[in-house]
Amino acid sequence: MKAASKTRKASTGASAEAADLLHEHELRRIIDTVLRLAKCTGAEETEVHVDEVADALTRFANNAIHQNVAEHGLTVSIRTVADGRTARATTNRIDEGSLRAAIEASLSLAQSQPKDPRLLPMPGKQRYRRVNRFFKQTAALSAEERARAVRRACDLTVKKEQVAAGIYSNGQSQSALGNSRGLFATYRETHSEFSITAQEGPAASWAKANSADVRAFDPQKLAARACQKAHLAVNAHELAPGRYTVILEPAAVLDLVGFLFYDFAATALQDKRSCLNERMGKQLFGQSITITDDIYHPLQQGAPFDGEGLPRQRVLLVDRGIPTNLVYSRAAAKAARKQPTGHGFALPNEYGEAPMNLVFGGGDSSIEKMVASTEHGLLVTRLWYIREVDPYEKIMTGMTRDGLFLVDNGRVTGAVRNFRFNQSLIEMLKNVEFLGPAVRATGEEAFEMVVPAMKVRNFHFSEVTKF
Amino acid sequence: MWDLSTNALDTAKLRGAAYGDVRVMHLRQRDLTTKNGQVGTLAQSESIGLGVRVLANGAWGFASTDRLTREGVAACAAQAVSIAKASALAKRNEVVLALEKAYVDSWQSPFRKDPFEIPLETQLALLLAADAEMRRVKGVTLTETDMQFRKIDSWFASSIGSRIHQRRVISGCGIAATSFQKEEIQKRSYPNSFGGQHALQGYELVESLDLLKYAPIIAEEAAALHSASQCPEKVGTLILGASQLGLQIHESIGHPIELDRVLGQEANFAGTSFLTLDQLNQLKYASSIVNVVADARLDHGQGLGTFAYDDEGVPAQCTDIIKDGKFRGYLSNRETAHLVGLDRSSGTMRTESWNRLPIIRMTNVSLLPGTWDYDDLIADTHDGILMETNRSWSIDDRRYQFQFSTEIGWEIKGGKKVRMLKNPSYSGITTEFWNSCDAICKFDHWTLWGTPNCGKGQPMQTMGTGHGAAPSRFRNVRIGTAFSNQ
Repeated sequence: MKAASKTRKASTGASAEAADLLHEHELRRIIDTVLRLAKCTGAEETEVHVDEVADALTRFANNAIHQNVAEHGLTVSIRTVADGRTARATTNRIDEGSLRAAIEASLSLAQSQPKDPRLLPMPGKQRYRRVNRFFKQTAALSAEERARAVRRACDLTVKKEQVAAGIYSNGQSQSALGNSRGLFATYRETHSEFSITAQEGPAASWAKANSADVRAFDPQKLAARACQKAHLAVNAHELAPGRYTVILEPAAVLDLVGFLFYDFAATALQDKRSCLNERMGKQLFGQSITITDDIYHPLQQGAPFDGEGLPRQRVLLVDRGIPTNLVYSRAAAKAARKQPTGHGFALPNEYGEAPMNLVFGGGDSSIEKMVASTEHGLLVTRLWYIREVDPYEKIMTGMTRDGLFLVDNGRVTGAVRNFRFNQSLIEMLKNVEFLGPAVRATGEEAFEMVVPAMKVRNFHFSEVTKF
Repeated sequence: MWDLSTNALDTAKLRGAAYGDVRVMHLRQRDLTTKNGQVGTLAQSESIGLGVRVLANGAWGFASTDRLTREGVAACAAQAVSIAKASALAKRNEVVLALEKAYVDSWQSPFRKDPFEIPLETQLALLLAADAEMRRVKGVTLTETDMQFRKIDSWFASSIGSRIHQRRVISGCGIAATSFQKEEIQKRSYPNSFGGQHALQGYELVESLDLLKYAPIIAEEAAALHSASQCPEKVGTLILGASQLGLQIHESIGHPIELDRVLGQEANFAGTSFLTLDQLNQLKYASSIVNVVADARLDHGQGLGTFAYDDEGVPAQCTDIIKDGKFRGYLSNRETAHLVGLDRSSGTMRTESWNRLPIIRMTNVSLLPGTWDYDDLIADTHDGILMETNRSWSIDDRRYQFQFSTEIGWEIKGGKKVRMLKNPSYSGITTEFWNSCDAICKFDHWTLWGTPNCGKGQPMQTMGTGHGAAPSRFRNVRIGTAFSNQ
């Protein structure tokens, strides 16, 4: 069997560095090979996604590295169309025999189903706005460098008689998309992340950053912040559940509002599973809330094209509290007689589309100002295990975690035990009193977004836990 | 495959590894969904690659590759050793592994019908027929169905001489009807929510579900929920259906007993556990009728946590977790077993794929059957609420405080189901809840449920776990908290 690409590189022996990614012309060669092979099999149209990843992650706990991994992988995903039917087959083998087998599998799947009268022809060649999210320094970060940074962070926690756990990761990935109508798109990016939990007895706190450019954050500063807040979190006392004014740090805001993004999919409204059904154009949130989906924002990441290769557009979703626009895949746009916005998932799928690059409008209040303006309230570091209780009123439940602090008379006075909340997101975004500047935030429940810290009144905590 | 593994182990040894193990894995998957009478996802995928885990300088390193050539595998093994040596720059203690024998074996999970050999037309026709049955019901605004099949081959080799091949065939299937009316969304699923039932079985699982019988029933319930009464807020008697109890076991017993969590290794992400080492053999976890095991053996059933060997080459075992209400055991691996006084791993190291490191995972963590007949349990309940089919789940990062809601509830008065309730929810503290259990149904009502989507680890891994459960009763439970004060 002839290999579609002869020049695929492996890591070079003794090095712990991540493998190099293929060059763009090699990605194109894989796509051209698939398109050529598909033409001979009776596929009327063919679309090919090639995705490659080279990631590494160092994990530490109890002030030492306990897991340390690297991966390199490439997948080729092929969608064929035959007689008004479509399906997808994916493989990670790129010899011609395997690619041919994947094409045949895709065709066989496609032919097994009824004709889809709504299936659209694949899009032709597109023009894309250029984004630069690849940093050599991030790609080059080695296992030794990560280990030394972790060592320094752990030395700090040991000095403070605390215990650290966390990760330091970096990697690079790329995607290429081509189809038989001449569309071709490529994108590559780097990513890096440092996250640390500092534990002092039963108390804990947390700090995390994430960027395409590893130089954008300092692991030592994050470690110092987690240490300081963990110390503040000791001797937590129990407060009664109820409604409190809360100051949500950006990570807490992110993980909550992350549950809204699917509701802005036109397909979700067509399916009547969105909280925006019968609410578009109405004053749903407070006037300070403006939300845009903007892949081109300097703090965002991701490819400037969607799963069908359409250019992603900047879309104003909420204008001063009023849900104004939705995002549309090609199929959803046709059904709604709108223009597609470049937010579709790779076909075939039942979800349609979603905005994945939310940017909230910010304000000018710092967390310190929010604390100073609060007579009685709580400062929330982070939320955990958030799940949807009611999909229409958007009631979410979850826990506070890693640092919940009491604010009295304009200052932080101590730590309190973690609460469970049951809170409507719609109500929460009506009750925002102050916004901080929007920053790139990272948590564990939602995609990274650009969100501000928020001061919110009447946030509903229903129960308290034991720590 | 064994040549590749040997090549990797030889390279690792040459580069300075004191121990190494290799997993070559070939994963095949087929996904079919429908929505509102149309085919949604129709996809098939395969992935093959190799992961190498090594101990060098007393620390761990792991690397993986899909480049299955002699040079690609050697480079991957060398990278794993280099990473282990980097890990040693920030180690506190040498890793010590519990002794384990070398095994040479081959095992295949039992199935009657290979789902990949069943014509796609047959599979889609069944889903579309179930979809149509649900859409026939007035008030239903969204119908969804799904099937998922996986065939996973793994070839495990270790430097102590093990050579183990396993093939596992997994099937999953479910249907759901949603109704949007008057500013309210209600949903019913069968046989479980979030994708239905999943098991280590072939297509016979799908055929056993009788989708066409249950499709109109759940559709009618979804529409009827709009006019049902709101679940009251109170402290009272709760009966949980078996699938909901399966998830309750997963969250409030399965996760807390993972020894990596207990030891702080997940403190930054999945969290820790209230089950500190001093609790073993001391804590009264549950009432005396509660017996829970972690059982990966085929004898326990064909669950998502069933295998012959874990991904560290340790044979499947049954471990007592709760015996007559007392806390008796953790899930351990070769590295952590000695910390709880064991001389051997309990065999729970599992990996999602060739490119992920094996980590401690639930196997089949199951509540053993009790003595009650289901009808007798209902008849014996004077005033209570029966809750069925999970809708949402959440628990704190030490696994004390939880809240669950279900798709449907039923008020029980005087030993009879008297009316449907919407938006049911309950909450509690783990040990208080399990100590309030006063009735468990017998084996006739026991099902080994599959949870296909358990996320843990960094990079994140998704794993399937099994949870045997029968309907059970709990007293003095907080009910209705999710919707209180809204």
